[in-house]
Amino acid sequence: MARFLGVRFAQMAFVFWLFLTLLFFMIELSPGDPTLHLVLDPNVPVEARDLLIRRLGLDRPLHERYLIYLRNFFTGDMGVSFSQYPREVTDILWERLPRTLMLFFIATVLAYWFGFAVGKVLAWKRGGGFEYAMTIVGVALFTVFIPWFALIMIWVFSFTFNLFPLRGFLTPRVFRGQPFGANEVFLWMIGSGLVLLLVLTALYVLTRRMNDFRIARVVNAAGSLLAIAAFFGYWWIHPMRTLAANIAHHTMLPVLTLTLIAFGGVMLLTRSSMLETLREDYILTARAKGLPEAVVRNRHAARTALLPVVTSMVLALATVIGGGIVTETIFSWPGIGLALLDGIVKGDTPLALGALAFIGVLALIGHLLVDILYGYLDPRIRH
Amino acid sequence: MSIQEPSRRPEQRLTVSGEGLALDDEIPLTEQPLWRIRLRLTRRRWAENWRLFTANRIGVVGFVIIVVFAIMAVLHPILMATVWPSSIYHPVAGYSAPRVELEVVEQVTDPTTQIDLARARLRGYPAAQVGDVVTDRLQPAPPSRQHLLGTDPLGRDVLSQLMYGTRAAFALGAVAALVTVVVATMIGAVAAYLGGWIDAVLMRIADLFLLLPIIPVLVFVTGLWTINLWSLGLLIGLAAGLGPTAIVLKSQALTVKVKPFIDAARIAGGSHLHIIFRHIVPNVVPLAFLYMMFTVTAAIGLEATLSFFGLLDIPMSWGIMIHTAQTTGYLLRGTDFWWLLLPAGGAVSVLAAAFYLVGRGFDEVINPRLRQR
Repeated sequence: MARFLGVRFAQMAFVFWLFLTLLFFMIELSPGDPTLHLVLDPNVPVEARDLLIRRLGLDRPLHERYLIYLRNFFTGDMGVSFSQYPREVTDILWERLPRTLMLFFIATVLAYWFGFAVGKVLAWKRGGGFEYAMTIVGVALFTVFIPWFALIMIWVFSFTFNLFPLRGFLTPRVFRGQPFGANEVFLWMIGSGLVLLLVLTALYVLTRRMNDFRIARVVNAAGSLLAIAAFFGYWWIHPMRTLAANIAHHTMLPVLTLTLIAFGGVMLLTRSSMLETLREDYILTARAKGLPEAVVRNRHAARTALLPVVTSMVLALATVIGGGIVTETIFSWPGIGLALLDGIVKGDTPLALGALAFIGVLALIGHLLVDILYGYLDPRIRH
Repeated sequence: MSIQEPSRRPEQRLTVSGEGLALDDEIPLTEQPLWRIRLRLTRRRWAENWRLFTANRIGVVGFVIIVVFAIMAVLHPILMATVWPSSIYHPVAGYSAPRVELEVVEQVTDPTTQIDLARARLRGYPAAQVGDVVTDRLQPAPPSRQHLLGTDPLGRDVLSQLMYGTRAAFALGAVAALVTVVVATMIGAVAAYLGGWIDAVLMRIADLFLLLPIIPVLVFVTGLWTINLWSLGLLIGLAAGLGPTAIVLKSQALTVKVKPFIDAARIAGGSHLHIIFRHIVPNVVPLAFLYMMFTVTAAIGLEATLSFFGLLDIPMSWGIMIHTAQTTGYLLRGTDFWWLLLPAGGAVSVLAAAFYLVGRGFDEVINPRLRQR
């Protein structure tokens, strides 16, 4: 497994270098340069433009600029944003990163959880009306025009039923005069959420090793309920309570939208993967042994069918990230995707470049995580 | 009728001498020209594939939807040339707004800006009082007999825009799909056949395009260059062809590469190019067609998304229609102005879904393991 991961890591590093090079040459080949607008301004003397060109390093040869670009990237220097001058691009992006990460993470996990659960039932009940209906829903969600879908979600849930805020990350009025900043609150929320997730995972892993199946289930359920109760109890007495509730309220609809978008593809894929697995002889054997249907489905078939679905997580990551950009834009969710679009619309190339590079890094890290997960799930690699 | 020397190609004769193949019983199979036999074989294969394709309802539904949209696309220039005057029905430059009589019922002043709302709206009648009847132009206008799907906020016919947008979608999909198939087949065949470092480099490039989320990359590209329909199709085709599709086709080409006929061709003295084009590519192309369908689905959605953000240099498309509705402020009016959002958004979703469904139907033709138990 270490060898497998080592090879993958080296490949990823190479791909990342390719990505950076591609970005560099995209900028390099694009028409114009950042000093061009000075040419049109009669108040700017020629020397000033020359000075700017020299200070930006645009007079140096290509290979030198390329090396400077790589060095700057790895030292975390992405330049200064034009539209939010004089803030540094990395500063803006680090501030926005947790929001985007949280959106992507929750949406991916939920979409996979539900997509896999529904998909395996669909394959099991092939040919029924339920399967047809859910396949249509799946295809619709998979191919739906994302902005349109997000707008419908806003219209239905925020506008008609007034359940969620229309847009944004928080209500400024609530935060006025408070001793805490928005990102501080948000990081607390993410931290406590991660702790909860760790506790739940630990419980699951521990109870899986217990011998008695029924006791394990009871312990797992009780422990999970206790942990969730402790989580909410903690927030109930927390000084940031109202602020956190405000942010959580704003978070729900974007997460729901992105989850639904990613859900369709996962469900369809699980279905076809399960269909292939169900033809295997060992499924027939398991049935012939007289095992209960649910055990054959969940323990024998679904475990194998999970592998291609996990592999496809790479593709789903691209869907989630791409859909995330659209979702962020439509919900005015100040994440990295919105930074990218803002940068493009306002001609803020450093910000746009930085945002795209961050998105690329996210995709690569996501891919590596999927590889680790795959190595863990696939016994051929694990042993 | 020219008669080729059949004796020179005995293997061709062997492959076609199955039962029921003879066209005309009076002419022996070996006397018939090769092209007729090939044509027959092709037709039989198509008929068989069509039967498999229609056995699955999903693919047929998609196919019917695509045909309906294709009819719309073909009808548009015909209608524009015959019954639709260009000044009214042109998708970009047309204008038509019915005159309506409105009664002034109330004078309202916006409390925050102190702008007299009634006067702001009734620009042509600064002296209008409560109770007066004024005529105004209605745009967007609801569906009527003249405009079956109403008009947009700029007074342009929505149906005409929708049909024009269909043409744009098909053109884009065709370009993207064609580029994908050509690029992916080449890359897949070359990588699989040659192997070695060429394979390694090509596959890392494929990894890059597989990993990169295409929406952010295209958003970034539109910031650097002006992108129109054709260049967008080219870009999507390249991204799909160099990336995910190339990986799939390479694994298919690998299974072809180990077949005995490749060895036979190599022993017979076939060059690398000959083997790649005559033996590997034809066996990979069916799968490439499948992925072509998925590329079309992606391309339609991508164009609409980028147009929705207003980043593309395209005169009219479904995405632009929604963009217009958004920028003029009709988005959250719900069902009041349904004809501004529903036709365009629905068309994008339905046509993209249709290509996806046809792809699924294709999948069942190509991949026997998927067929109904």
